[in-house]
Amino acid sequence: MKTLKLVSVNTSIGFIRHRTVAMALSAVLVVGSIMVFLANGLNFGIDFRGGTLIEASSESAVDLAELRGRLGALDLGEVQIQEFGKETDVLIRIAEREGATDASNYLSAVGRVRAELSSDFDVRRVEIVGPQVSAELIQTGVMAVLAAIASMLIYIWFRFEWQFSVGAVLALVHDVALTIGLFALLQLDFNLSILAAILTIVGYSMNDTVVVYDRVRENLRKYKKMGLAELLNIAINETLSRTVMTSVTTMLALLALYILGGEVIRGFTFAMIWGVIVGTYSSIFIASPLLMMLGVKRDWSGTQVD
Amino acid sequence: MLHFSNFKITGIVLLLLLGVLFAFPNFMREETRLSLPGIIPSGTLNLGLDLQGGSHLLLSVDTDTVQRERLEDLTSDIRLALRGARVGYSNLSRVNGGVSVTIRDNDDMEKAASVLQGLAQPVTSSVLTSFEQRADLLVENTEGRTFVLLITEDAIAARNTRTVQQSIEIIRRRVDELGTTEPTIQRQGEKRILVQVPGLDDPERLKALLGQTAKMNFHLVDQTVSGYDVMNGKRPPTGGRLVYTDTEPQVPYVIRRRAMVSGERLVDASVGFDPQTNAPEVNFRFDALGGRKFGEVTQANVGRPFAIVLDDKIISAPIIQTAILGGSGRITGNFSVEEANDLAILLRAGALPAPMSILEERTVGPGLGADSVAAGRIALIVGFIAVIGFMIISYSLFGLFANVALIANLVLIMAVLSGLQATLTLPGIAGIGLTVGMAVDANVLIFERIREELASGKNPIIAIDMGYSRALGTILDANVTTLLAAIILFQLGSGPIRGFAITLAIGIVTSVFTAFVLTRLLVSLWLRRQGKPEALPI
Repeated sequence: MKTLKLVSVNTSIGFIRHRTVAMALSAVLVVGSIMVFLANGLNFGIDFRGGTLIEASSESAVDLAELRGRLGALDLGEVQIQEFGKETDVLIRIAEREGATDASNYLSAVGRVRAELSSDFDVRRVEIVGPQVSAELIQTGVMAVLAAIASMLIYIWFRFEWQFSVGAVLALVHDVALTIGLFALLQLDFNLSILAAILTIVGYSMNDTVVVYDRVRENLRKYKKMGLAELLNIAINETLSRTVMTSVTTMLALLALYILGGEVIRGFTFAMIWGVIVGTYSSIFIASPLLMMLGVKRDWSGTQVD
Repeated sequence: MLHFSNFKITGIVLLLLLGVLFAFPNFMREETRLSLPGIIPSGTLNLGLDLQGGSHLLLSVDTDTVQRERLEDLTSDIRLALRGARVGYSNLSRVNGGVSVTIRDNDDMEKAASVLQGLAQPVTSSVLTSFEQRADLLVENTEGRTFVLLITEDAIAARNTRTVQQSIEIIRRRVDELGTTEPTIQRQGEKRILVQVPGLDDPERLKALLGQTAKMNFHLVDQTVSGYDVMNGKRPPTGGRLVYTDTEPQVPYVIRRRAMVSGERLVDASVGFDPQTNAPEVNFRFDALGGRKFGEVTQANVGRPFAIVLDDKIISAPIIQTAILGGSGRITGNFSVEEANDLAILLRAGALPAPMSILEERTVGPGLGADSVAAGRIALIVGFIAVIGFMIISYSLFGLFANVALIANLVLIMAVLSGLQATLTLPGIAGIGLTVGMAVDANVLIFERIREELASGKNPIIAIDMGYSRALGTILDANVTTLLAAIILFQLGSGPIRGFAITLAIGIVTSVFTAFVLTRLLVSLWLRRQGKPEALPI
């Protein structure tokens, strides 16, 4: 039986030769991401900003302007209304009011919105996050991403060499920066599940990088005299088929979730899809070429082949 | 690498059967499942509130209030103790975290020290693990004739624990009154309480019930001064206090500070209807002591008004018509039936030891939950079929082996989740979906390695053997990193995110097992039947 081979066993693409181009591109993208982030900021969801979110669904298409008028009359402060997935569904966001100390301030607001909507809407979801909780979520969120990256740094250092560790972590920072940059650029809702996606991307991208690095280490033992550039290139090409295969299967599963999994997890799957693309790219074009720049120990004779 | 002893094979098969056994209850009908004998696992995946619909409330207990009350009590205890011992004192006042008092006479210092020391009690708490008894008060003679009594950290912690536990008990009683199924109420952190009520899609009433302390007391109304005068700045008489009604517009009353009967004496409350007007009212009953007290006070004050005060608002201020001796009474106010009902619930359940605030609410209606389950299921099935198909196109027979491992992997994930009684959330479903895509990675690594070894001219059996042994290190390294991310995610997580982290972590472990052990077994069994294959279907 003839099998499909997306990448043939004998590929030899000059990834390392084009490293300057890739590095320059990535540098531009990372700097661009930071600039967009600084200029636009993230569109924080209520998890991080506090406030109220109400998802409601109607029998017929929703007239957003009319709904805006009705809710505006309730004097709730800043209210955002947007379509959610389909034209019969809306997402209503009520901003946190100044000086609020706990969620009880919004409780009556939700009660009033529920009463207003009860005649022609089905309230499907209500989320209220008080300022205390949202501040904690920001804190734990930042801590978690830093802890994840730090633990990867230590693990790779422990298993490989510091150059590998630095290379892998720079690739991770690249992936996280580009993901945050995309969310800042498109002003997509940045909530707790996006943060979860970023942490998963960290895991996935690391997974990819480790596979390439593992092969680099193996080749360092195998080809003691070969130039580093050629050696890295061989490692990338040898693992390329696997990199592509796994990206494709992961992407298939993610696309199914993105298209069919419902509106609630769409943001999460979108971030993941982006993360898989960026993570795969960075493993090939960033993590390995960085080893070129950092230089690696060439004498591995003392270490055990495992 | 390719040799499996029969012992090992049996072990692997048993493990998989165990997985099937634990996963199976999820596919049974409820009745069948419950009729299983106890020895067979019958636990299923718990659907999270985001999938089955329900309300999640995070409450914070205001323990500061309780500590403040404790200081007030301490102040009056000191006053009583020193008076009882005939020790003159001055400057009895609260300082940061304690109370300070100055003794007038130098000769009394020794007596004062022992009296004050006598106020200290051992901390009673289940939290303390050591047998060492610690005191709740630290009595210090700071300077000259001044004593400072500080409440110890242990005492504060013990009291906070007790306050939160009492609050949980009261909340449970209030929630139970709503007739909802299986609410979970648990302490979270030092002074937070998580309330999860499945199936509740409009928690407004629950929040109203939880938002009230429901401290009810009965006070006599002080008629020596008009409430309006005090409202406009006149000093209230000694022992009197200005309180407003909960009506619109508010009516001011001056009530006696001391309650004639405390609400703690209530033993029952229910909704009734006024026989004349048919308006809803709340009937209540005191215990014996409360009933006697109420009888005495009403007897002595016929014709005067008294106030029923709930959380510092007067809900009713009737005139005492006759002595109420039976120990029961009724509150008539301008209640709707629901308001009367809620008040009865609150009075029955008792007062919260401290006020609570709601920090977070997440409510999902049953419609969205069901839609999410349906969408998640479809997405999983489609993703699964796509991956399975792709694996067969790419690796033919070996792809089939990988697919068997993938199915086993899903069964094991389900088994572990059911066995742990873990909660499956919508992000958890996404985690499983992601696992489907990533679980084949271990097999992909192995198969690609086998292809490489074949390409370098090795014979098939050696190529397989080397493929497995050489890929193992990579597989472990690569998966440890994802596992680290999952663990950190779990630490970070609240509800749904934790569900994702759990499925991701379980999926990583089971996928390494199924890929490395199960497909290797399948390949080995296939090789046994093939003898020495010339080429591999890979």
